[in-house]
Amino acid sequence: MTPALPDGEVPPPDGHLPGWVGQATPEVPGFGVYLHVPFCAVRCGYCDFNTYTASELGGGASQLAYAQTALREIDLAARTLEAVGRGSREVGTVFVGGGTPTVLPTEDLVRMLDHVRGTWGLESGAEVTTEANPDSVTPGSLARLAEAGFTRVSFGMQSAVPHVLATLERTHDPARVPEAVRWAQDAGLAVSLDLIYGTPGESLDDWRRSVETAVACGVDHVSAYALVVEPGTKMAVQVRRGELDLPDGDDQAAKYELVDDLLEASGLAWYEVSNWARTPADACQHNLAYWRGADWWGIGPGAHSHVGAGERAVRWWNVKHPRAYASRLEGGLSPAAGRELLGPAEVGLERTLLGSRIREGLAVASLTARARTAVAGLVADELLDGRSALQGRVVLTRRGRLLADTVVRALTD
Amino acid sequence: MSPIPSTELTSRIQPAATPPSLLRNFCIIAHIDHGKSTLADRMLQLTGVVDQRAMRAQYLDRMDIERERGITIKSQAVRMPWAVEQDGTTTPYALNMIDTPGHVDFTYEVSRSLAACEGAVLLVDAAQGIEAQTLANLYLAMENDLAIIPVLNKIDLPAAQPERYAEEIAGLVGGDPADVLRVSGKTGAGVTELLDRIVATVPGPVGDAEAPARAMIFDSVYDTYRGVVTYVRVVDGQLNPREKIVMMSTRATHELLEIGVISPEAIRTQGLGVGEVGYLITGVKDVRQSKVGDTVTNASKPANQALAEYHDPRPMVFSGLYPIDGSDYPVLRDALDKLKLNDAALAYEPETSVALGFGFRVGFLGLLHLEIIRERLEREFDLDLISTAPNVVYEVTMEDRSIVTVTNPSEFPGGKIGEVREPVVKATILAPSEFIGAVMELCQSRRGDLQGMDYLSAERVEMRYMLPLAEIVFDFFDQLKSKTRGYASLDYEPAGEQAADLVKVDILLQGEQVDAFSAIVHKEKAYAYGVMMAGKLKDLIPRQQFEVPIQAAVGSRVIARETIRAIRKDVLAKCYGGDISRKRKLLEKQKEGKKRMKTIGRVDVPQEAFIAALSSDDSGGKDKPKK
Ligand SMILES: Nc1nc2c(ncn2[C@@H]2O[C@H](COP(=O)(O)OP(=O)(O)OP(=O)(O)O)[C@@H](O)[C@H]2O)c(=O)[nH]1
Ligand SMILES: C[S@@+](CC[C@H](N)C(=O)[O-])C[C@H]1O[C@@H](n2cnc3c(N)ncnc32)[C@H](O)[C@@H]1O
Ligand code: SF4
Ligand SMILES: [Mg+2]
Repeated sequence: MTPALPDGEVPPPDGHLPGWVGQATPEVPGFGVYLHVPFCAVRCGYCDFNTYTASELGGGASQLAYAQTALREIDLAARTLEAVGRGSREVGTVFVGGGTPTVLPTEDLVRMLDHVRGTWGLESGAEVTTEANPDSVTPGSLARLAEAGFTRVSFGMQSAVPHVLATLERTHDPARVPEAVRWAQDAGLAVSLDLIYGTPGESLDDWRRSVETAVACGVDHVSAYALVVEPGTKMAVQVRRGELDLPDGDDQAAKYELVDDLLEASGLAWYEVSNWARTPADACQHNLAYWRGADWWGIGPGAHSHVGAGERAVRWWNVKHPRAYASRLEGGLSPAAGRELLGPAEVGLERTLLGSRIREGLAVASLTARARTAVAGLVADELLDGRSALQGRVVLTRRGRLLADTVVRALTD
Repeated sequence: MSPIPSTELTSRIQPAATPPSLLRNFCIIAHIDHGKSTLADRMLQLTGVVDQRAMRAQYLDRMDIERERGITIKSQAVRMPWAVEQDGTTTPYALNMIDTPGHVDFTYEVSRSLAACEGAVLLVDAAQGIEAQTLANLYLAMENDLAIIPVLNKIDLPAAQPERYAEEIAGLVGGDPADVLRVSGKTGAGVTELLDRIVATVPGPVGDAEAPARAMIFDSVYDTYRGVVTYVRVVDGQLNPREKIVMMSTRATHELLEIGVISPEAIRTQGLGVGEVGYLITGVKDVRQSKVGDTVTNASKPANQALAEYHDPRPMVFSGLYPIDGSDYPVLRDALDKLKLNDAALAYEPETSVALGFGFRVGFLGLLHLEIIRERLEREFDLDLISTAPNVVYEVTMEDRSIVTVTNPSEFPGGKIGEVREPVVKATILAPSEFIGAVMELCQSRRGDLQGMDYLSAERVEMRYMLPLAEIVFDFFDQLKSKTRGYASLDYEPAGEQAADLVKVDILLQGEQVDAFSAIVHKEKAYAYGVMMAGKLKDLIPRQQFEVPIQAAVGSRVIARETIRAIRKDVLAKCYGGDISRKRKLLEKQKEGKKRMKTIGRVDVPQEAFIAALSSDDSGGKDKPKK
């Protein structure tokens, strides 16, 4: 199953943005493009991303026709932003995610990137990432992507331990990961590895091995996620039937501390709760833009978008199924299925929610007066870093990163 | 000839103009569920006061809660005509029937009703036989010197054993088993004969028509449209419309705006005469100005001697009621004030709890009463409430001889205590003799003292116990039922106090006392209570970012201990663009939830945890309103 879309109001059929987006522009935030590719070779049991394994989805929505449809949404995006005076911004980051983008022909990915570049232009030094499964790339495909302007690839490694990969229903050969990393590096791409911890049956040693293997690949970026048993997934069924144990929070906390220790020791520093990079320049700029509240347009079925305007913002999301997505665009309609108009209260909440996750943190001054009174207590509880607080920043300690929900609740009371 | 009097005959039994010899005041009394209200239905139909179309089962159970639970909570009086032929002449009678509740919590309603009658129909389910409230109500009726008509009901049931139970009843009431009438409230069989028997057996009321009026208030009900409606039974004299009346206890004067009878809807009359039962409306807005037990007289020609007074029932069980949303406190206060208008037994005082905020300590007649009040508050006033574990009232004598009355366990005094007294009840348990052992075992475990035992028949035994009220109020009845396969029945009445070895057990979270969980228990049960409560809270309180010790203590001595381990991780590791709305909504929800959190020391406890801990499965009552 794919994740449920949030509740929201129905957007206008042509997807136009509220007029106030164009007005309140004290400083126009950066602009990123997310391109969703809703296809995978097989679906992993734990995954609830919006992705499909069939190559034909009916109604003209095939994997092969997908890029063409996505180009239409890029055109729509350009017109829509233009209409509110946000059309002439170069794109700072592009992130092609999935699903598994690399199941598409490489030229389709190139075509989509070219279209983004042709529409808005790319900033110089723009970050262009694609997600990939280790077994869905070749030296040739990676070289082609680099040549076309991709700068970065993020591989779903998840684990180095065969029984853990089996529980996750990952199909790749673990030996393929270092190989794929080397190909990508040879092609001149920056490389990140995704890891998952807390899989049922994974020991602390299994986890150590996975992290050490990732480090040994010589990457400059690692994302490590605690496994979430998402409702509606095959794994959720297995847990309900008692075939798998529910991941334990204490175990995941121990594994978080371990990965943080190991990565810091190997020269990768945390810059977001689940992300570590060798230097600030190695951090994923696209994801940072999410946490900093920048603008982005999500192209593709189920993709989310965000456009802010000072103390207000609008978020919207597309219809989920590729077929509905295609037919909307073919009919000249916006694929948006729902949206939320955020006022100052919501925008403030999101700023705290997102900004507290990153190492640069939040300005204490940006908090409400009430929230500020909570800071001292959070420092005393070793959830917030005391030195940073003295310098006027809210920055999580490691304990605070694990208990970020508690911290955010205290800061948004 | 029809037993419904003709128009001509009816003219002889007009309210305010019926000779006492043509009046019959009776009530129907029985154990719960033996079919009083159903029998009343048949009487309403046979006497023609409710026609076929308007009829519905348990017609007189009008309150929503009565209908949903299928039980009677308030007594209802109805005037019905009936004609009897004897020696070729037909005589009309005005019958006044009062349907009463069967549940032990409402025994006081029964005694009020009895005071307005000369006769009682003692109804016994022919498939169940005599049960504890049958005895209790029979004793009450005998004390009031009423004519008793024993009747077996539900003879249509295949399981009915009329012969056997006729014998039992005759043994109890005196008389011949053959004289025990057999009816079915369901089919109507035997009900005509019963009405005739009522006319024949119940004496007409006696009073002095010329004397100054004296009428006994036996019920007083607040009605949103009409104000207080007062139900009276006239003993002497006559009450007339638009005259001035006086409440003898307060000397307050009121004008009679309306006077009438219930049949079964209110009908205005030209007054009420000797022996008649009816209602008055004076425009007062508070039942306390028209108190049950008071005597009404004429202002122009007042009586000097009031009728025997009737005392408000004393609350037996106390519980703290708290609005879940603190801002609902004023709503709760107004709601209690309104219910009080209708319920003299309801007593309450404001109190505050560290754990639960502002609320009221409310006194009830029993657990069913508590449940009903709570349900009405929630339903009629749209309140969400928490109620603390019910407790009885204790009297603590300090060593300095001062006396403290404790209705809230957390207020149990800490200093040097001389003696603690707790209320006790005389309990009557009826059970098949094979269960004597089981009943004794149960009563002993509840600190019961056997006072006597009688065989009502070869198979049925009556056991009389002195028991602490606190031991039977909660789950005792359920236990009794389960240990006797449902055959035992229970009745009890207050019987003073006794000294006992009682202690207060406090529950502490991180060293802070949680007042809502303090309990007064017998010394020997303190440990079990402490372990149970600490364990429960451990499971209910979510883990915090620090370790939380839970302790149960008697005074400064800790008797049980549990620990809630600190939570180490609550962050959602994954947070993409699409997760942000979801996350924000989650946070907004958590913040909503936080409003419903109470903070004890530094520990955030969700309201739900208190509710779950307080609505202990073993507190009985819940979902089992029936006795
Ligand atoms: N078969 C049969 N069932 C009856 C008869 N009389 C009453 N019942 C059923 O017994 C149950 C209780 O009847 P009620 O009339 O409410 O009893 P009650 O004595 O008024 O009960 P309380 O007011 O709660 O004390 C109902 O389910 C009736 O339908 C009868 O004569 N025959
Ligand atoms: C959209 S997936 C794309 C990567 C690619 N399809 C793959 O799986 O290799 C991004 C990452 O999210 C993480 N992820 C997916 N489902 C997850 C879950 N249920 N719990 C934790 N992490 C999850 C995985 O680490 C995955 O690599
Ligand atoms: S390959 Fe990646 S996106 Fe596809 S199902 Fe597996 S985890 Fe999900
Ligand atoms: Mg009834």
